[in-house]
Amino acid sequence: MRTIREFEERLHVEFLSGSVPGFLHLYSGQEAIAVGICEQLDDDRDYIGSTHRGHGHCIAKGVDVKAMMKEIYCKKNGVCGGKGGSMHIADLDKGMLGANAIVGGAPPLALGAALSAKLLKTGGVAVPFIGDGAANQGTVAESMNMAAVLKLPMVFMFENNGYAEFTAASYATAGSIEARAKAYNIPAVTVDGADFFAVHEAAREAIERARNGGGPSAIEAKAYRFWGHFAGDPQRYRAPGETKELRENHDCLKHFSERVTQAALLDQAEMNAIDVEVMQLIEDAVAEAKADPQPDPESLYKDVYVSYN
Amino acid sequence: MPIKTYREAINEALRQEMEANDRVIIIGEDVAGGAGGSAGGAEAAGGVMGITAGLATKFGRDRVIDTPITESAIIGMAAGAALTGMRPVAELMFADFIGVCLDQIYNQAAKFRYMFGGKARTPLVVRTMIGAGMGAGPQHSQAIYPMLTMIPGLKVIVPSNAYDAKGLLIQAIRDDDPVIFCEHKSLLGDSCEVPDEPYAIPFGQAAITRKGSDLTLVGISRMVKFCNEVADRLKQDGISIEVIDIRTTSPLDSNTILESVRKTGRLVVVDEANPMCSVASEISSIVASEAFDHLDAPIKKVTAPHTPVPASPTLEALYLPTPDKIEVVIRDLLER
Repeated sequence: MRTIREFEERLHVEFLSGSVPGFLHLYSGQEAIAVGICEQLDDDRDYIGSTHRGHGHCIAKGVDVKAMMKEIYCKKNGVCGGKGGSMHIADLDKGMLGANAIVGGAPPLALGAALSAKLLKTGGVAVPFIGDGAANQGTVAESMNMAAVLKLPMVFMFENNGYAEFTAASYATAGSIEARAKAYNIPAVTVDGADFFAVHEAAREAIERARNGGGPSAIEAKAYRFWGHFAGDPQRYRAPGETKELRENHDCLKHFSERVTQAALLDQAEMNAIDVEVMQLIEDAVAEAKADPQPDPESLYKDVYVSYN
Repeated sequence: MPIKTYREAINEALRQEMEANDRVIIIGEDVAGGAGGSAGGAEAAGGVMGITAGLATKFGRDRVIDTPITESAIIGMAAGAALTGMRPVAELMFADFIGVCLDQIYNQAAKFRYMFGGKARTPLVVRTMIGAGMGAGPQHSQAIYPMLTMIPGLKVIVPSNAYDAKGLLIQAIRDDDPVIFCEHKSLLGDSCEVPDEPYAIPFGQAAITRKGSDLTLVGISRMVKFCNEVADRLKQDGISIEVIDIRTTSPLDSNTILESVRKTGRLVVVDEANPMCSVASEISSIVASEAFDHLDAPIKKVTAPHTPVPASPTLEALYLPTPDKIEVVIRDLLER
């Protein structure tokens, strides 16, 4: 969670300084959701499908942070060779089917990963992350129906951060997402996405159900988007002070820190040591990404097909 | 050699590849048919045209999967399964429905390998049905392969006969890239000699179906049949037409076309698709750029008009290129 936070906050600074190409959609505030579920998934048999706001999902699923940073800088040694960029980071070896720049693009692909797991009997689970905006896409409805019909091992992880781009979920999303899942006979719960332990517990049950042949589940996590839709978004659609309030009262990192120190699972010194380690990792990742060479010009033509002449 | 229909050849290719590799699965609407029905789930259809008939009974419903009518979920599921170890053959009942699921084809499957830095394989086949000729109307009759041909990352196959349909489909299933396999609904009952054993026809190799020296006639899918007919007809008048069946629009075998045009000096391209930004216009452009010095006459296209496909059989017949229309264009060109 700390790695994701630092990754995003640092990227925001770098982006505003003009050193990062393309668009950047920051995940700050939602870390407990990605980590709460991915921490319970295996690299080699479990898959996630992500969104345009995908950095947190990638890190939580174990994609190399330095290779990710290089990819966001579109450099040669990026995890996708600089051809994906921020919105298309994928690492199949880590079960990461790709961030997805198309809203609602990932759930149908996750169906396929779940189908493979079912047919190959790997015991694997597929988790598509779906924003409240994507929840209104037809692909999500199709995917929930298909998953229920074929009883696929899936967990639909909805992240309702209150805004689809610049438009509020309260305006654009009718009814409740949890109720939509239930309409497909998919067990669904709503949890506080700033509470790592709540997400973790709901995810544990859902993953267990999927592994045991119980079919798909859905979790709606109420999420808190600290930044705008993209880095640089002036957020004129939000009331003054809204993000400040979220950072003060709905910060999953603060919540986590309070819980583990109160329960004496970790002390403050140990927490601080993690922070120092993370800061160094991100510092190194940015420096290495800036120093990494541009992609070779001939790579433009490579990998259109498995064998491209 | 045994005679088989186009439909039987496709069924046989699917059956043989499913026998050879248990990771080959079929996904689509009614590909078995009858799931959950009051007859107790017996295989009832094998697709709307019966092309996959018998496969569910032989391989079971885990491998021949009837889906809800949800094209995005079908194609996306197949693409995701291809990315994670299976070799799915998804059926998109009619190519006209591609608008419903195009994102999963062109933004997802076609780009995985490239945008993931070369680390993905997507052995996905989408079988779909193209073409007019059955009075099926504007939303069930289009030949939309040009739209798919322009997308990098997709291979597009347009078999014109049963022999090619079997060999090209086997190649498609064994191929590690996404392949769109366009079956022409008006060819399903056509038959020719088809070997019993499995065989693969490589992509990007056009076939010369008639040798000739006066004019090159390039056909796509069902239009090859019309081209052959015209060539046979003109032969009786001593006119020697070379007919090329391009077999795959991507990759496109431009060498065979260029070689032929350099020999004959004349080119007519026959395409059932609408004419703008089409495979016919691409072939014309290639020949104009690469073999202009060898041309004795302008390049001509015989295509459908720039209209949707009408349902009226009378209008549909006017819409389609026909052997007569092709012959008129050829005779005109030969007089120049």
